Amino acid sequence: MLKYTVDHEWLRAEGDEIVVGITKHASEQLGDVVFIELPEEGREVEAEEEVVVIESVKAASDITAPVAGVITAVNSDLADNPGNVNDDPMTAWFFRIKPASLDVLDSFMDEAAYGELIG
Amino acid sequence: MAEELRRTGLYDLHVAQGARMVPFAGWEMPVQYPMGVMAEHLHTRDKAGLFDVSHMGQVLVHPLDGDLDSAGAALETVIAAAVLGLPEGRQRYGLFTNDRGGILDDLMFANRGDHYLLVVNAACAEQDIAFLQGLSGVEVTPVTDRGLIALQGPKAAEVLARLLPAAAEMRFMDSRSLDWNGVDLWLSRSGYTGEDGFEISVPNDCLATFAQALLDHDEVAPIGLGARDSLRLEAGMPLYGHDMTGDVTPSAAGLGWAISKARRADGARKGGFPGAATVLAELADGVSHTRRGLRPEGRAPIREGVQIFAEAEGGVPIGDVSSGSFGPSVGGPIAMARIPVDLADGATVFAELRGKRMPVTVTALPFITPSYKR
Repeated sequence: MLKYTVDHEWLRAEGDEIVVGITKHASEQLGDVVFIELPEEGREVEAEEEVVVIESVKAASDITAPVAGVITAVNSDLADNPGNVNDDPMTAWFFRIKPASLDVLDSFMDEAAYGELIG
Repeated sequence: MAEELRRTGLYDLHVAQGARMVPFAGWEMPVQYPMGVMAEHLHTRDKAGLFDVSHMGQVLVHPLDGDLDSAGAALETVIAAAVLGLPEGRQRYGLFTNDRGGILDDLMFANRGDHYLLVVNAACAEQDIAFLQGLSGVEVTPVTDRGLIALQGPKAAEVLARLLPAAAEMRFMDSRSLDWNGVDLWLSRSGYTGEDGFEISVPNDCLATFAQALLDHDEVAPIGLGARDSLRLEAGMPLYGHDMTGDVTPSAAGLGWAISKARRADGARKGGFPGAATVLAELADGVSHTRRGLRPEGRAPIREGVQIFAEAEGGVPIGDVSSGSFGPSVGGPIAMARIPVDLADGATVFAELRGKRMPVTVTALPFITPSYKR
């Protein structure tokens, strides 16, 4: 089941890891994405730490780690094809992160709650 | 409390087209339409884009004595360009300067027979009108009952000629009035995209009808401020408040060319505008830094304020980015910065981005080849 953050990230549990991307709403707000800088695999990050730089034609933004953990994989294909974030944001994942426990997911919004957030 | 935003005569049309409206220089303007900045940009370079530029200030300057040269001479006291000698039906680019030789605003001015028509930046309009009204011997009239539309792109002339056949006869920087179903339109063949195109001043009560008549043609799409910015950046055109300010002289802004020979040190009407001593000395002796193009080697855009260094490590900044983004037609990031003139085109310098120095190549402006109909 997908969970959502107030920073418009979607989170999907897979095994003991969380796959992270941004929502359609976020990609529409950003506009055409032209550059993505991904974190190094193996990096240990704190919750709220900036881990991805995402640049659209209009502006630069950050994506933060939703939880503390270790970055286990990044979608390096995105760096070459940043427009995928606009074309299909729900499959254009940025990174996988392994938290101490998947219980942290309970604190995030479900789809209904996120839908209310973005109106 | 924020001042209420002004709306152009095309506000309803923008909303109907699905535009995202943003505050800009006191106006509520479309930044993009559902097509998106990238596609809008490419559409303009491929076909024709329609821009609402009604926020820009249109100002009429009439001579009180009926002699246009009186108005031209008065304007030359505040504009660092040759106003006198501009033939009827022609338009020219100029700069308002301050006492230090810095740029107060840039503008287009056209000789319309018995008066001049000036088009100034929205954010500077109030200031410009105030000091124009301080000139003697002229009547200064802000145009409040008209909007301004730009139609830009390789199909602009063909489309416009379907409505106004005579528009096709105009050359780059021509300015004239044309009748459209009894409506008096003021046209110039110019723009801010690097493409052939027109700027058309339309009475407010016909603005939406005229815009819709253009949009009814398949080649034409509405284009927002986002793409307007990336188009002008690729065309190497400076933006007021960013690439030029009151602290930047014409030579430092790379706009020395706008000061015609007649106003220079050896000219018939040398100086006579604010800051002329500084401006003319720089034109004669050169400057250390000027506006240059930059192309980052990677994909990351470098934006306004990013510092430029000569070396990959250490040293002090040699300039900073005044405009920078992604160039959709170039297919990569592009920027402009005031950096040393003695750096050759093709030289590598370094932009400090998020704590890292990235190699960027000094590049001649513009980034694209303009296609004006001269």
